[in-house]
Amino acid sequence: MSKMRYSRRAVLKNGAAAVAASTLPAPMVWAQEIKDITLRQFGTGVSNLNDVANKVKEDLGFTLAMTALDSDSVTQRAATQPDSFDIADIEYWICKKVWPTGNLQAMDTSKIANYDKIVGIFKSGKLTPESEIAQGTAPHSVGFVDGPDGNSFADEETGWMTLIPTIYNADTLGIRPDLINRPINNWSELLNPEFKGKASILDISSIGIMDMAMVCESMGEIQYADKGNMTREEIDKTFAIFTEAKQNGQFRAFWKSFDESVNLMAAGEVVIQSMWSPAITAVKSRGIPCVYQPLEEGYRSWGGGIGLSKSLSGMELDAAYEYINWYLDGWVGGYLMRQGYYSAVPETSKNHMSENEWGYWFEGKQATGDITSPTGDVLAKAGETRDGGSFYDRMGSVACWNAVMDENQYMVRKWNEFIAS
Amino acid sequence: MHRTLITWLQAAPLAVILLGFLVAPIIMIVIVSFWGATEFSIYPDFQLENYKFLFSSPVTYKVFFVTFKYAFITWALTLTIGFTVAYFLAFHIRSQTTQIALFLLCTIPFWTSNIIRMISWIPFLGRNGIANQTLISWGVIDAPLDWLLYSDFSVILAFVHLYTLFMVVPIFNTMMRIDKSLLEAARDAGASGFQTLCHLIIPLTKPGIMIGSIFVLTLVMGDFITVRFMSGSQKANVGRLISNDIALLQYPSAAATAVVLLCTVLIMIAIMLRFVNIRKEL
Repeated sequence: MSKMRYSRRAVLKNGAAAVAASTLPAPMVWAQEIKDITLRQFGTGVSNLNDVANKVKEDLGFTLAMTALDSDSVTQRAATQPDSFDIADIEYWICKKVWPTGNLQAMDTSKIANYDKIVGIFKSGKLTPESEIAQGTAPHSVGFVDGPDGNSFADEETGWMTLIPTIYNADTLGIRPDLINRPINNWSELLNPEFKGKASILDISSIGIMDMAMVCESMGEIQYADKGNMTREEIDKTFAIFTEAKQNGQFRAFWKSFDESVNLMAAGEVVIQSMWSPAITAVKSRGIPCVYQPLEEGYRSWGGGIGLSKSLSGMELDAAYEYINWYLDGWVGGYLMRQGYYSAVPETSKNHMSENEWGYWFEGKQATGDITSPTGDVLAKAGETRDGGSFYDRMGSVACWNAVMDENQYMVRKWNEFIAS
Repeated sequence: MHRTLITWLQAAPLAVILLGFLVAPIIMIVIVSFWGATEFSIYPDFQLENYKFLFSSPVTYKVFFVTFKYAFITWALTLTIGFTVAYFLAFHIRSQTTQIALFLLCTIPFWTSNIIRMISWIPFLGRNGIANQTLISWGVIDAPLDWLLYSDFSVILAFVHLYTLFMVVPIFNTMMRIDKSLLEAARDAGASGFQTLCHLIIPLTKPGIMIGSIFVLTLVMGDFITVRFMSGSQKANVGRLISNDIALLQYPSAAATAVVLLCTVLIMIAIMLRFVNIRKEL
């Protein structure tokens, strides 16, 4: 048995990175045996990227087997098949649903090298000390438990994290500026009769209801105490408004998968709809103008993280911590930020991005040259700026987080009714 | 004694397969339909809650109505088209080679996945799709027709496109077995073409029509993906209700809906079989 110490960074030739690495604790894992380890990760397509698995193999030596599923299936699998995965890449609202099943184990933050640098949203809930905490399932509210076996969520940082944040973003409406020809500033525009038969909303109840709430509040029809945790009465009112709109033919279609939203927009079937950031990019890369419109009421935000299966132990557990530390170390962050998402530790991502990229994606500055996606498509040319501006502009105006409500089952039934109406 | 044992053994493989892959799953579904569910788990129980909710919700009736509507319209259209195609193949094409060639031609689209065949309608029927552009360039319409896509029309169009072959095949099959001398006899006895059709061909092809109808009805009643894609998620049938429940981990309520759907379809088939004895055909 070789007792060689494994340095994760040895493979990187980048000198600056090596200096940074020497300040990180390098956990002791046997170099030979780690090659045999396979960690099974599953999650939404957003961050289950083969490039990440390849890079893990290259940098850390072990194999990461990825499975990409939609968010409903992810919830289902995390809740019902604990032995089918080692690492769950899930959203925070899914965590709220899945944690009580006891299928995940809390993580010791003292083993996370970059823990101190994680953005405040995931720790205190505040982006800057002055920020207000948005409604919904804010990540920090389900981010900590009391101890390694904690079953209920803690209110403050405890040193035991449920999910290590990996990726997050602020969502808003996507529009076709060439077909609308006027400024759009409010969520209420989604139900504006001007766009009759040309609007769409996503058919994923837990997210769709939030977009609906943003619209109803913007119309001045309903004031929610907490959009992320509505009362039955609020749910009824919200659906009444949208059912009426649906029956009046406001919607062209609803979409459930990412590519459907891209096609609806690109084909001109729809000019305004709920959308996700990379979908905008996909429409743009076809040469069709599309804007991720910042709105006065703010964004609906979401965040994901990786959680560890309860059954993970010994060397696999060490490898999983190794992976988490690597994840927060910047390469993945840079990769994700070039797609328009944010990394939990932006400052480490900076080392893996060019100045132009960092300026465009994070600081909201004008691009000084072509901005390309990780796959090489040109997304923006010199002089263009990101829709919505800088990180602090965008994440600073989050109105609510994706959530699962106490009245979830009731809401889901009403959602079925809405679809059938 | 020895012979009975052998017959039992001969029947055993099929019986085992049917028990394991048909009867057992259905029993499981029935059992689970009485279970309870929390948001993320299901627990064994005997409660009528799932059925109570199902039968008390107006959505259920609405959705079952829509399912019947789709099934009936699709059935009527596939029957008309399927019968015509089969009639043409069976009685108008004399050479057997041509007959087989044309029959194979009908099946060619079925070599691709039916989801692809369905989705390929979307760009065709879209607001800026080929259909609308062509109609506008011909001057038939001034503005694009929105009801071509994401409507009942597109759902039924896709169903008819997908399932007509299931009507053609059994009808064609029974028509080919009709003794041609019967047609000659009818002609000799002075029957008109229409009379031959009504009094001879239709009665004799009834078993084929019935088999085709069973295929089409069960396929349409159990479908969810066609409705979802072609209506742009704006319409719901029973299949979508079940798939939504499954997606939300509500297996017991999905199972209850499935049981009700299964019973409905079985009752329909039982009624249909009262009219025609398809065994005569098999």
